[in-house]
Amino acid sequence: MNAGLTLEIRNVSKRFVKRLDVVERLAAALGSAVREQVVHAVDRVSFEVHAGEVVGLVGESGCGKSTLGRVVCGLYAPTEGEVLLGGEPVRLRADRKPALQMIFQDPFASLNPRMRVGDAIAEAPIAHGLVKRAAAPDHVAELMQQVGLDPSFARRYPHQFSGGQRARIGIARALAVKPSLLVCDEAVAALDVSIQAQVLNLFMSLRQRLGLTYLFISHDLGVVRHLADRVVIMYLGRVVESGPNDALYAAPNHPYTQALLAEVPRLDRRQRHYLPIRGEIPSPLAPPSGCHFHPRCPQAGARCRVEQPALLEIAPGRRSACHLNDGGTA
Amino acid sequence: MTTPRSQSTAPAPRGGSLAWGGPALRSMSTAPALLEVRDLVTEFATRDGALHAVNGVSFSLQPGEVLGLVGESGSGKSVTGFSIMGLVDPPGRIVGGSVRFEGRELVGTDPEVMRKLRGNRIAMIFQDPMMTLNPVLRIDTQMIETILAHERVSEKAARERCIEALTRVGIASAPERLRQYPHQFSGGMRQRVAIAIALLNRPALIIADEPTTALDVTVQGQILHEMQQLVREAGTALVWITHDLAVIAGLADRVAVMYAGRVVEQGPVADVLDAPAHHYTRGLLDSVPANNTRGQPLSQIAGMTPSLLRLPAGCAFRDRCAAATALCAQPVELRPLGPSRQVRCVHPLVVEALA
Repeated sequence: MNAGLTLEIRNVSKRFVKRLDVVERLAAALGSAVREQVVHAVDRVSFEVHAGEVVGLVGESGCGKSTLGRVVCGLYAPTEGEVLLGGEPVRLRADRKPALQMIFQDPFASLNPRMRVGDAIAEAPIAHGLVKRAAAPDHVAELMQQVGLDPSFARRYPHQFSGGQRARIGIARALAVKPSLLVCDEAVAALDVSIQAQVLNLFMSLRQRLGLTYLFISHDLGVVRHLADRVVIMYLGRVVESGPNDALYAAPNHPYTQALLAEVPRLDRRQRHYLPIRGEIPSPLAPPSGCHFHPRCPQAGARCRVEQPALLEIAPGRRSACHLNDGGTA
Repeated sequence: MTTPRSQSTAPAPRGGSLAWGGPALRSMSTAPALLEVRDLVTEFATRDGALHAVNGVSFSLQPGEVLGLVGESGSGKSVTGFSIMGLVDPPGRIVGGSVRFEGRELVGTDPEVMRKLRGNRIAMIFQDPMMTLNPVLRIDTQMIETILAHERVSEKAARERCIEALTRVGIASAPERLRQYPHQFSGGMRQRVAIAIALLNRPALIIADEPTTALDVTVQGQILHEMQQLVREAGTALVWITHDLAVIAGLADRVAVMYAGRVVEQGPVADVLDAPAHHYTRGLLDSVPANNTRGQPLSQIAGMTPSLLRLPAGCAFRDRCAAATALCAQPVELRPLGPSRQVRCVHPLVVEALA
């Protein structure tokens, strides 16, 4: 077990560039206005996940949270900045003992349908030399027990399992290489409420038993509230607010966080008149100038259109990127 | 007792929206239900035998009323919606029960009669708007077609109505957007177009199958807001199918909770969510993170949904229920609980005297 490694995300940007093809290059050479299209999926994001901590990364679709998760896992190289785990760059560690694992939204998509789940779980630890082939069945049985699956199911195929069980298989596969940090990308989003509760409980008990650290990526504020110690809110590639769970939910600072919390349907809100914020997330191909949120923000002023607000500390451990904290929006 | 939308300053929907009996009812005895579903059974022929996706569902809906149909995957909530619309294709078929809409029986009716009703008096909104929209046709072609299929009006008048409908669902510069193709719209905008199409012929009933599930929280908020306004203004009745109890809490007048093809509990939203009578509803509410203390394990329902091919006799939930006794192995009927609620349980959590 890799005990206690801190994850540091330092000034990470990830840009996707659509290169011009031959015809477009020719057109550009002849003076046409064809340009390379650049998507700023992640724009200078920095935060830390301390050992043993659960950090919830929240945002709507297109905000860059999954891209950041993939950069953290070393699946994408960051365009700028670096990701350190225990002081070492993640991408250099990748060849050695994997300390970091990712759990995906759809476990069925990452399981080979022709492979027995026992073999699928044993594959990675054998490849990394963590377990001898002969000892693999015992290792698999232990893992399956750990995630609440009957070890006798090891010889079954993925299609023979329900959605909740497949989620557990995905978790067992991630745990098979004894990681210290799990990056969960919408790991419970596809599950029914009652099954979601079971899997969330599993995440929490694994955290206690194995001392795991989580970066929990989700669009679901309710789930993150329950699980996370700290919350990071992203909007269009940038972090807009971060802070301890209780403080952030009790008094959200950034207008986007406030809107997000106000929009969440809640069981105790009956027959309410929805007062939604206007508009949708703009295209990351052409993000608004200044503060990305200003076209939808009820408090936006002239300054918000031209100047990008800095992510400033507003209270111990809390940061928010809004001009309202910093001299006003006028 | 509930008076739906009593806080509302908007005019009351036509016909009144009180569903179940009670002292405050106006003209309840004379006003027939808009939609009356009785003992509906829809089965799918499988290699392992007949699978009853919908197994004796009953509910009714008054004009202008919003009913939330809640359940987890496989509970039969969507198939119920498709059955009402007459959209169940083989190997599925409706084998029993009745669906009466505006006094007319829809089960076993002539397909041509159904075709005239669909998109006209009853409309459906799907989870994926691309099920409604044809990707290779412009929005105006599709919308005008919807009007001309049911009415003899000039194309110009139809276009006017399309522009009006798009504007109503919050789409800016409707005349230009009308000339675009579906791929030029974002997910939220596509769902708005689908809603506009559903509203085109001013239906009396809209069946909405998880229309906001795939959308972002802020966009979902906008669409819920608009739906609420639209059905209120038009007096349209709405069946909102979802797995999300929190959406129902803010939107619906009444809720019906489904489990394994049956309605296990129904009643006014506030009553059911505040004091559920069925153990499954209780378990479902308890497993929502917001109803739990942070950091503590979530309370969870033991086990998993049984296969519809191997349902236990009697109450389908009894294998997972802490209160189950030998009595639960007997068939359980949906029984009235107080004047406005019904529950399918022999050990309900709320007894009649309290309801």
